[in-house]
Amino acid sequence: MSPDEILTVLIAMLGGAIRVSTPFMFVALGETITEKSGRINLGLEGNLVLGAMLAYAISYHTGQPWLGVLAAGGAGMFLGLLHGLICSLPRVNDIAVGIAMMSFGIGIAFFFGKPYIQPSAPRLEGLPLGTWSDNPALRQALEINPLFFVGIVVAIFLWWGLANTRTGLIVRMTGDSEASARALGVNPIRVRVLATVAGGFLAGVGGAFLSLSYPGSWNEGLSSGQGLMAVALVIFARWNPLRCIAAALLFGAAGAIGPALQSVGISQGYYFFNAAPYILTLFIMIASARSGAASQAAPGELSIVK
Amino acid sequence: MTVTRLSRRSLLKSGAAGLATAALPFGLSRPAMAQEALTLGVVYVGPRDDFGWNQAHAVAMEILKSVPNVTVIEEENVPETDACAKSMESMINLDGAKLVLGTSFGYFDPFMIDLATKYPDIQFRHAAPLWNKDKHPANLGGYFCYLNQAHYVDGVAAALSSASGKIGFVAAKPIPTVLSNINSVLLGARSVRPDATVQVIFTGEWSMPVREAEATNALVDAGCDVITCHVDGPKVVIETAEGRGVKTCGHNASQAPLAPKGFITGAEYKWETIYTMYADMLAKGEALPNVVVGGYHNDMVRNTPYGAGATPEAIAAADAAIEGLKAGKPIYVGPLKDNAGNVVIDKTYDNYDPFLDGMGYLLEGVIGSIT
Repeated sequence: MSPDEILTVLIAMLGGAIRVSTPFMFVALGETITEKSGRINLGLEGNLVLGAMLAYAISYHTGQPWLGVLAAGGAGMFLGLLHGLICSLPRVNDIAVGIAMMSFGIGIAFFFGKPYIQPSAPRLEGLPLGTWSDNPALRQALEINPLFFVGIVVAIFLWWGLANTRTGLIVRMTGDSEASARALGVNPIRVRVLATVAGGFLAGVGGAFLSLSYPGSWNEGLSSGQGLMAVALVIFARWNPLRCIAAALLFGAAGAIGPALQSVGISQGYYFFNAAPYILTLFIMIASARSGAASQAAPGELSIVK
Repeated sequence: MTVTRLSRRSLLKSGAAGLATAALPFGLSRPAMAQEALTLGVVYVGPRDDFGWNQAHAVAMEILKSVPNVTVIEEENVPETDACAKSMESMINLDGAKLVLGTSFGYFDPFMIDLATKYPDIQFRHAAPLWNKDKHPANLGGYFCYLNQAHYVDGVAAALSSASGKIGFVAAKPIPTVLSNINSVLLGARSVRPDATVQVIFTGEWSMPVREAEATNALVDAGCDVITCHVDGPKVVIETAEGRGVKTCGHNASQAPLAPKGFITGAEYKWETIYTMYADMLAKGEALPNVVVGGYHNDMVRNTPYGAGATPEAIAAADAAIEGLKAGKPIYVGPLKDNAGNVVIDKTYDNYDPFLDGMGYLLEGVIGSIT
């Protein structure tokens, strides 16, 4: 590869990291809140798809993409509330409910989303941060959606808030030891329902990014399992919101390798390069599962840890 | 309709053993209905409005619905599993379909073959050239349009609408149909501009919107200023390319509304030619042909009306290319080399020559690799 080609691939990976990572980031942050409170919500794929559909529909009808983002968050909250309440019933397994919620969310999104596949809705405008460069590829890579920065701000806020605020302490305590929470007069069910609602909101917003920014249209194959992968990201981010950003960026960059290498003429073995994100997940999972730190970081009340 | 409902209920009530008796009132009620109406069942693998393969079929079905006495029963999102057999069987038993169309590659073997054996009085047709008269039942068959002819026209129009002569192609999987479309775009482009190239990126999946958008961006970054594709739903590719300010050629159905600035033309199926022919023949009581294939010469493909991206000389050259194809002018004029330098097409082949159906190479001028 010539230096030019290496540069092209690097720019594509940078652009891919920024463009593709945002939905992963939002879902992973949402899941972090939920899991910190001691519950697993596997249904966030449903929130993502329903959020994507609703955001597109609202943006199409009102002409206001940001209203669509809010609606997507609202739909995510609704699904989160449903998950939280059902899981609060005695002897209900949160993982099973999550899978049911995933099918439910995807199902209603497909059902109500039919009329919105054809029309074009107004999309969220990116911020042109690359105007200083005369390289069109770099300019494109640096046309960044505001939601990306919102995600980073949310992550920093969560990282600070979980460690330094009373609310954060209550959430962490409920997730680590239900008995201690009860002893302090905290109602664990209420905390978990609220945490699931908050997580659902973020996942819904992540869906809005898919349909309103990148790739920026609504159809039934839009998500291709990103909500599920983001849940896995949380585990190798070890429930740390800042690591969630890094993990999401890495995932986005890995996803851009396949097309970028083909574009500079390295076209042999594209199946392998297209599988890069998944191979990466496997390796990081193996590496992080082998270290003791991962099991220490896991909230003690998670049904998979107990 | 009351009669149908009664037999429907009795059919549902009866178990597997009672099927034969339940079919009796069915058989009696049918002849009276058949005079007036012909029912036709069609099964799609994806949503009917995907801006692509399924939409192309659904658009043809809409045209058929306006034909008097034809009832169309549709089911979408049916996977290539036992589920398609069940859908088709219910169309036959509950809705009285006389002709069942399976529009996805994987429906054929074993599902449609088994059903055709089980229901010898019902006609089955499958949207791919897989039927073989020695191996498969006589009430089964296939139909297929050679879309690569319309892609050839795309190539002509793209090369003359492009500034750089570099055409980008987002492809799903390296199967012969896709490769033939890529090669036809190249040959069309080179027929009017010998230095034109086609750069291809394979996504590896029929529908993967995020990767399709990435591939489109990568092709534009590599200098391509016309983008075309062969994926199930080209909406994302066309919209992303339009957003990047480059021109586009469509695939499967019309994507013209998605790219008001850069749309040149697109390759479209014209399934309605086949479907209305089937309906006419059944209404007259004629036997359906087992295999129907075609392209420009028998009105089975078309190009989308030219968009704002097409230059006047591109339109003129593309119109001339269409006339040529209608007259049977060959696309593959040999000898041709693949992009590794081996001669893969030894002589000039007719556009419908079976030799070209098994294509497993990218021609010289295509940048990319199939492995």
